[in-house]
Amino acid sequence: MLVAGAWFVGHWMTDLSFSPLKLKVYSWHKWTGVLVFALLIVRVGVRIAARLSPRIAAPIHSDNRIAWGTHLLLYGLLALVPLSGWLFSSAAGFTTVWFGLWPIPDLVPKDAQLKDLFRAVHDTLTSVLAALVVLHLFAALKHHFIDRDRVLVRMVPGLKPRKPPDHPG
Amino acid sequence: MTDWKTHIANAAGVALVCLTLPAAAASIDPNRSSLTATFRQMNVPVEGAFKRISGDVVFDVARPQDARAALDIDLASFDLGPGTEDYAVETRRKDWFDTTRFPRATFTIAGARPLGGDRFEARGKLSLKGRVLDLVANVVRRSEAGVQVFEGQLPIRRLAFGIGEGEWRDPSVVADEVVVRFRLVVPAGAAAVAK
Repeated sequence: MLVAGAWFVGHWMTDLSFSPLKLKVYSWHKWTGVLVFALLIVRVGVRIAARLSPRIAAPIHSDNRIAWGTHLLLYGLLALVPLSGWLFSSAAGFTTVWFGLWPIPDLVPKDAQLKDLFRAVHDTLTSVLAALVVLHLFAALKHHFIDRDRVLVRMVPGLKPRKPPDHPG
Repeated sequence: MTDWKTHIANAAGVALVCLTLPAAAASIDPNRSSLTATFRQMNVPVEGAFKRISGDVVFDVARPQDARAALDIDLASFDLGPGTEDYAVETRRKDWFDTTRFPRATFTIAGARPLGGDRFEARGKLSLKGRVLDLVANVVRRSEAGVQVFEGQLPIRRLAFGIGEGEWRDPSVVADEVVVRFRLVVPAGAAAVAK
């Protein structure tokens, strides 16, 4: 939800005319990015602590390797997209102040060329991440409605597994 | 304010500069001097510089009470760095500096009080966007190779000068407090330079 929100806001805000709203929205977008980055660190920490809990590897599918690869990419991009945004903001000369309270150190000094570079990197990585998020969404739905396994049920609290088909095959 | 009032205000500013300075005034070196304004937007500090400034300084360490300075600031030269052109254009608009009606600001100092060592408290006036307000600046004076350097800062409130009106008044987006920092480099020779 945060990633989708930041994606839509990110596309909308750059077209806004210069206004107080634009400044607010830019800050909210950056705060969201930092939040995603922080949550990712927690998530990776939990996964390492849980030693990739065995139930994650449980359903053996032919597409396991593809799933493993896309998940790795997803995690990588969830780190790189906020990181490139942070670099972009630093190079543009605008420190990110998380929720208007905590300044996050600039990674690079103000530099017009670096700014253009990081903007391009941020845009490109964001497009790849968006494509992967859509893939992730369809894969989850496939697991739920076609494979009828517990993959989506594990991710969504309160969701009941669909009844397996009565006459398989 | 009508246009003729604007012209009178501007003319008065220029007259003020001319009248307050004795003949011994020394011009600042505009290439080595700087004037910046730091403001906060969404609590993010942003610094801009006025690229075109000129002015004169009279200062004698033995008589700080007679110190005089007059600085002329081209408001359209406010620059927030490369890639922030939309910002710079915005600052020239009517809600901000309104540079078509108020192209220049003047900053004058008349008298300073020693605070010990190289530090002084200077009293003066800032004329900006048709309003003139008293201000106090903390200044440090140093003598370097062939020049006098005056560095100082003064906090101002942008709303008191009508900078950022209309939808921009909201101080939670752009804070009211702005810190103006200056560094004036005055080549020795033309003026009374204290040893």
